[in-house]
Amino acid sequence: MTVILKEQGESIESETIQPLNKKETHQTVFSTKNLNLWYGDNHALKDVNLDFHEKEISAIIGPSGCGKSTFIKALNRMVELVPNVRIEGEILYRDTDILNKKQSLELLRTKVGMVFQKPNPFPKSIYENVAYGPKIHGIKDKKTLDQIVEKSLKQAAIWDEVKDRLKDNAYGLSGGQQQRLCIARTLAIEPDIILMDEPTSALDPISTIKIEDLMQELKEKYSIIIVTHNMQQAARVSDKTAFFYNGSVIEYDDTKVIFENPRDKRTEDYVTGRFG
Amino acid sequence: MKELNIQQQIERKKRSKTFEKAVPIVLFSITIVSVLTTIGILYTLISETIHFFSRVSLIEFFTSDTWNAFSSDPTFGIFPLILGTFKIVLIATIFAVPTGVFAAIYLSEYAPSSVRKVLKPTLEVLAGIPTVVYGAFAITFVTPTLQAILPSLGHFNAISPGLVVGLMILPMITSLTDDAMANVPNTIREGSYGLGATQLETVFKVVLPAALSGIVASIVLATSRAIGETMIVSIAAGSTPNSSFNLFESLQTMTGFIVQVTSGDAAFGSDVYYSLYAVGITLFVLTLIMNMLSVWITKRFKEEY
Amino acid sequence: MAVSEVMLEKRNSKRALLDSVMRLVFLLSTLVGIVALVILIGSVLKDGLGALSIEFFTNFSSSRPERAGIKGALIGTIWLMALTTPIAIFLSVGTALYLEEYAPKNKITRFIEVNIANLAGVPSVVFGLLGLTIFVRQFGLGNSVLAASLTLSLMIMPVIIVSSKEALRSVPHSIREGSIGLGASKWQTIYRIVLPAAIPGIITGIILAISRAIGETAPLVVIGIPVALLTTPDSVFDSFQALPMQIYNWVKMPQEGFVALTAAGIIVLLAILLMMNLVAVLIRNKYSKRF
Repeated sequence: MTVILKEQGESIESETIQPLNKKETHQTVFSTKNLNLWYGDNHALKDVNLDFHEKEISAIIGPSGCGKSTFIKALNRMVELVPNVRIEGEILYRDTDILNKKQSLELLRTKVGMVFQKPNPFPKSIYENVAYGPKIHGIKDKKTLDQIVEKSLKQAAIWDEVKDRLKDNAYGLSGGQQQRLCIARTLAIEPDIILMDEPTSALDPISTIKIEDLMQELKEKYSIIIVTHNMQQAARVSDKTAFFYNGSVIEYDDTKVIFENPRDKRTEDYVTGRFG
Repeated sequence: MKELNIQQQIERKKRSKTFEKAVPIVLFSITIVSVLTTIGILYTLISETIHFFSRVSLIEFFTSDTWNAFSSDPTFGIFPLILGTFKIVLIATIFAVPTGVFAAIYLSEYAPSSVRKVLKPTLEVLAGIPTVVYGAFAITFVTPTLQAILPSLGHFNAISPGLVVGLMILPMITSLTDDAMANVPNTIREGSYGLGATQLETVFKVVLPAALSGIVASIVLATSRAIGETMIVSIAAGSTPNSSFNLFESLQTMTGFIVQVTSGDAAFGSDVYYSLYAVGITLFVLTLIMNMLSVWITKRFKEEY
Repeated sequence: MAVSEVMLEKRNSKRALLDSVMRLVFLLSTLVGIVALVILIGSVLKDGLGALSIEFFTNFSSSRPERAGIKGALIGTIWLMALTTPIAIFLSVGTALYLEEYAPKNKITRFIEVNIANLAGVPSVVFGLLGLTIFVRQFGLGNSVLAASLTLSLMIMPVIIVSSKEALRSVPHSIREGSIGLGASKWQTIYRIVLPAAIPGIITGIILAISRAIGETAPLVVIGIPVALLTTPDSVFDSFQALPMQIYNWVKMPQEGFVALTAAGIIVLLAILLMMNLVAVLIRNKYSKRF
């Protein structure tokens, strides 16, 4: 399985334009400055200051209700779908403050894709699921769409499983396949960053491993920020880890440091499973 | 495969904000039609009723026990029409409430799911039958059948249309009562069985009380429907407004009067024409009160499990 | 000790007996509706099947039963529904979309929703008075197809709004998020994802509401739809006949021959309704349990 994924990953790499050396210092893609968020009177995020870098996987961990999901949804401003949300501070996406009034949310979300907690394919065919993003953004040419669909499904390591039934309804796929289809759907508009909100929490262990492998492949081209409940997952897949507690960032460092040598007592308690 | 540069293609596309902003405005304007409908109904009924009461005294309308709109010296006392409606509704509910509730008990508590799957949709067919068909059924089948048993029953009477109106509201009572009973959690039933109660005791002492507000609300709603029912009574109850309590003779309901006037030849602008609206508003207010009562009961006595 | 046990046993067998008697009563109550339905349909078929001839469909209404048919009424009803359906869909689905997808949760929205619930309970004869006063007289539409269609559209609007809202609400929030997360605008999400997903439920509601409108008689009587007309409409401004009006007219006729005509008219009306309901059920079964 891993071998197949590798091959596909390499074919992707050959298509990427920027010949970036992996060991070089990665540019900052997202940077939050004194980010505060309220749901009504509930202060859900408190002075969050975090930087995320290109072509890295950053994990966000913390106990339920710590604000990690809220935080990731603030990055593409999906959090505003909830009524009575108030945000203060700055979120810089490649040096533009996306919280400014003139920011087009549609454009932002084409740059910052998202994969959700539960697989949420549209009640359409597999093909239409993937082609949806390009289509709503005005790409109508059938040949181009065919190419995009094939490429995205390959990138999401699901092409071989679905190539003979692209016209079938996506609801016929298994949960793990659905989630990879949702990843393919996100990849179809070639975002710059992919946000993943507990993408494997509804999946079985085998599907989870497939998605984790896939993330390693995608990291070559995309920056990924993943919220996870599962500490082993964070340790396995991420380069950097942020520990959230009660709406604040307690600690943010290389994943190795967070799990092996945390500076804060609370981080240590959490990663060793003493609470959470 | 050549590079697709999807992001570039996206950015080239110009986005129209105007359309996105126009959509909710257009949809809101459509939504306003429902409010305008209510305003239209109120305006129609109230303005024409005011005309009516500039000609006929309010006191006569509310206190006289005679309604003879078509006489050369007409009297407009609403009482006989309300009484007519009341007689029909009374018979309908006496028939439909126990039958409907019992049927719901059977469907919800006793029937095996295979039987239920057949019976429930069949009962719903009854709800879809047009009232003019019910009316024809009342006059061509029910009335002659009843006359065979009760020879003194008139060709037009309260019993036959009353029963058929009951038949019409029956599926509504059954269906809403069934819903209300289905909402009673099984743990409550199990608690009762655990104490050694029979199924019947469980139904009457546990399930029915728990579902009571839903059942009462459904009965009130069905009553409102019976009050507004028009074709069955126009066809089978007759057109004789009277203030007797006799159920065997011809009568007229509020709805029946409206149909009689509009299908006949009451001149536009005459007293009879305007009396339509006075009767219409009485009917409207009565049904509105019943509907609001039903909503209030559901809200006020909502069971928390 | 032994005595009380006997008494308890006696009491228990009484309880069991009552239990089974009442069980029978409940079953019989359920059968009342079913039996009535069977009798109704049986008596209609018995009276009416003989009158169903080709002439019945090709003749206009007549005061002589042997020459009377439903041509005018049937064509009139088709005109009426052909106009009522689009108007009702436009008004109801538009309203449902606004209330479910756009409306802020405030007092105005709540007022509109309560208002719609109340409209649903207004007797159809009152809608007839509205149509008579506003459409027939004030707008000067007379007893035309248009006046009747507008009246019936407003009458069935609350029903379709409620069922459409339910259908829209059953579309899970997660797939809306999926669309918005791809940069789709709100309207794109509604038009391309939510509406297609909700459409089976919406259509089912529309069919059921329209089938109610087809048999509706009282508002047509009130607006003054003619019963004796020897023409079919050429435009929506023309006068027309309707099937339920024809049935109502025949049922009032004293002559013996009209009994069969009434029943035959009812058979046609019920057949149309049955077909529409079958379609609704098929759609519901085909698309149920998708999320």
